[in-house]
Amino acid sequence: MTLLTEGGRYAPYILAAFAVSAVVFAGLIADTLLRARHWRREVERLTRRDSGPAA
Amino acid sequence: MGVRDPHSVFDFLANPERFMAFSRWAAPLLGLLAIALAAGGLTLGLTAPGDYQQSDTVQIMFIHVPAAWLGLFAYLCLGISSFLALVFRHVLADAAAKAAAPLGAAFTALALITGSLWGRPMWGAWWVWGDARLTSVLILFLFYLGYMALRGAIEDETKAGRAAAILALVGLINLPIVHYSVVWWNSLHQGASTFGAEPQNRLPAVYLIPLLLMGLCYMAAFGSLWLVRIRAEVWRRRARALALRASGA
Repeated sequence: MTLLTEGGRYAPYILAAFAVSAVVFAGLIADTLLRARHWRREVERLTRRDSGPAA
Repeated sequence: MGVRDPHSVFDFLANPERFMAFSRWAAPLLGLLAIALAAGGLTLGLTAPGDYQQSDTVQIMFIHVPAAWLGLFAYLCLGISSFLALVFRHVLADAAAKAAAPLGAAFTALALITGSLWGRPMWGAWWVWGDARLTSVLILFLFYLGYMALRGAIEDETKAGRAAAILALVGLINLPIVHYSVVWWNSLHQGASTFGAEPQNRLPAVYLIPLLLMGLCYMAAFGSLWLVRIRAEVWRRRARALALRASGA
C-alpha cells in the first residue's frame, strides 16, 4: 500500500476521491434512513389518531 | 392482449403490501452484503500494486468505475419504472422511479468528481470540454437534475409523475451514447477494459477482482437504499391519504 506507507505523489487526489465518496455515501445513507423513519412515524401517528378514543 | 402471469416477480412486488414485507428483510440484507463486499474490494484494491502508467491513481478506478456503472444502471431503473408507471399507471412503479433519481444523481456526481480527481494528475486537466464520454455523463447528470426539478415544480403529483416519466424516457436515449461514446468518437477516456474488452485491453486479475467486488458492493448499496427510499415514499403517500381522510377531503 504505497499510498499510505510512502505518501505517493498522487496521494492528495486519491485521498480526496475516497473522502468525497465516503461523504456522499454517508449523506445518502443518513438522508434515506431519516426520510424513512420520518414517514413511518408520521403514518403511525396518524393511524393512532384515527383509531383513538374519538373514533 | 395476453394475460399477465400473476406469479411473475413484477406482479408479486407490484402489490405494495407484499413489497413492504419483502423489502423489510431485503434492504438490510443488501446493506450487509454491501459492507462485506466493500471490505473485500477495498482490502484487495488498496493493496494492489501501482499501475506502470497510472501509478497509485489506479486506486481511484475502484470507486470511480462502479460509480459510473451505477449512474447508468440507476437511470435504467428510473427509465423502466417510469415506463411501467406511465403505461400501467402503477403507483409503486412511480414511487420506484422517484426514489431512484436522487441515488442515480449522487452516483453520477461521484463518477464525475472522482473522474476529475483522476484526470488532473493523468491528463493534466480537471475537465475536458468536448470529450464525448465526459460530456455525455454530464448530460446524464443533468437529466437526473431535470427529472427531480420537474417532479418538484408541478404541484399535482399525478401530473408531475407523468411529465417526469416522459422526461426520463427521453433521457434513456443518452445511455447507449454514454456507453459507446468511447467507440463512436475520439476520446481521452480509455475504452472498455472489463466486459467486452479486447484481450490486450483487459484488466489483469489483480485489478479486475477488486473492481468487480466494488461494482457488486455499489450495486448492493444502491439496491438497499432504493428499497428503503421506496418504502419511505409508500409511507409518505399513506400519511398523505390518512391526513386527507382525517380532514374530510
